[in-house]
Amino acid sequence: MATVELSFSALPVHVRTARLIVTAVARRAGVAETLLDEVRLAVGEACSRAVEAHLRHCPDEPVRLELTGAGKRFEVIVSDTVPGDDPMDALPSASPAADLELGAWGEGAAELGLAVIAGLADDVDIEATPKGVQIRMSWPAEAEATV
Amino acid sequence: MDLKVNDYTTDDGLTVITVEGEIDVYTAPKLREKLIDLVNKGKFHLLVDMEKVEFLDSTGLGVLVGGLKRVRAHDGSLELVCTQERILKIFRITGLTKVFGIHDSIAEAEENRKGAK
Repeated sequence: MATVELSFSALPVHVRTARLIVTAVARRAGVAETLLDEVRLAVGEACSRAVEAHLRHCPDEPVRLELTGAGKRFEVIVSDTVPGDDPMDALPSASPAADLELGAWGEGAAELGLAVIAGLADDVDIEATPKGVQIRMSWPAEAEATV
Repeated sequence: MDLKVNDYTTDDGLTVITVEGEIDVYTAPKLREKLIDLVNKGKFHLLVDMEKVEFLDSTGLGVLVGGLKRVRAHDGSLELVCTQERILKIFRITGLTKVFGIHDSIAEAEENRKGAK
C-alpha cells in the first residue's frame, strides 16, 4: 500500500500543489536535499502530462499519485486513465533538441516532458495499460528514514 | 504562486523580459501571451531574464521555443539570461543549450549584441 495517496482534479492549477506535497513526502522519506529539485521537476512533468491527457479525453476523471517511502527507495507512481499508445516509444534516448530542426518543435511538446523525466529520475518505468498510463519513478532514500 | 512578467526596451532596440516566479503548465500561458504580444508589436529582439525564475518545466521550455520560432520568422532573436544551475540543468537535459544563447547578465547580452553588429 502506498504511504501517501493523492488524487486531484485534472486542472493545471493543481500541479503545483502536487509538486509541493511530493517534495515534502520525499524529504520526510529521507531523499537527499540535493535530489529534491529533481524529484519535484520529474513528478511535475508526469503530472502535467497526465493533466493534459485528461483534459483532452476525460476531464472529469482525477489524476492519481501514489508515494511510497518505506524502503531504501522513494517511489512515485503517477497514473492517468487515458488508454493510449505506449509512451515509451516516445521516450527520447538522448538530448532531443541536439539534432532536431527547431521547426519540428511544438509548444509544450509531450516528448520534451518525457525527456526531462528520463533525465531526472533515478529509475523510470512507463507502462501503458487498457486502463491508462502509469509513470513509475524512484530515487534513493535513507534506509532509516520513516514516513 | 503567480508569475510576474514585465518588459522594457533599451535604446538599442533590445526588449528585456523579466520573469519572476514559477513557470509551469498553469502559468506558462501568461509568458506565451507576453511573447506573442511583443512580436505583434514589432519587437523581434528579445532577452528573457530568468534570474528570478524559481521553477521551470517543459511547458515553459515549449513557450520559449515557440517564442524563438516567432522572432526568427522576422529575422529576430530570443536569448536568455540565466546563471541558476537548477534551471540551466533543464536546458542541458533537453539539449536546448545549443538552441538558445544563454548569458550571465543583461549587460553581457547587450555587449554581445553590440559586438555582433
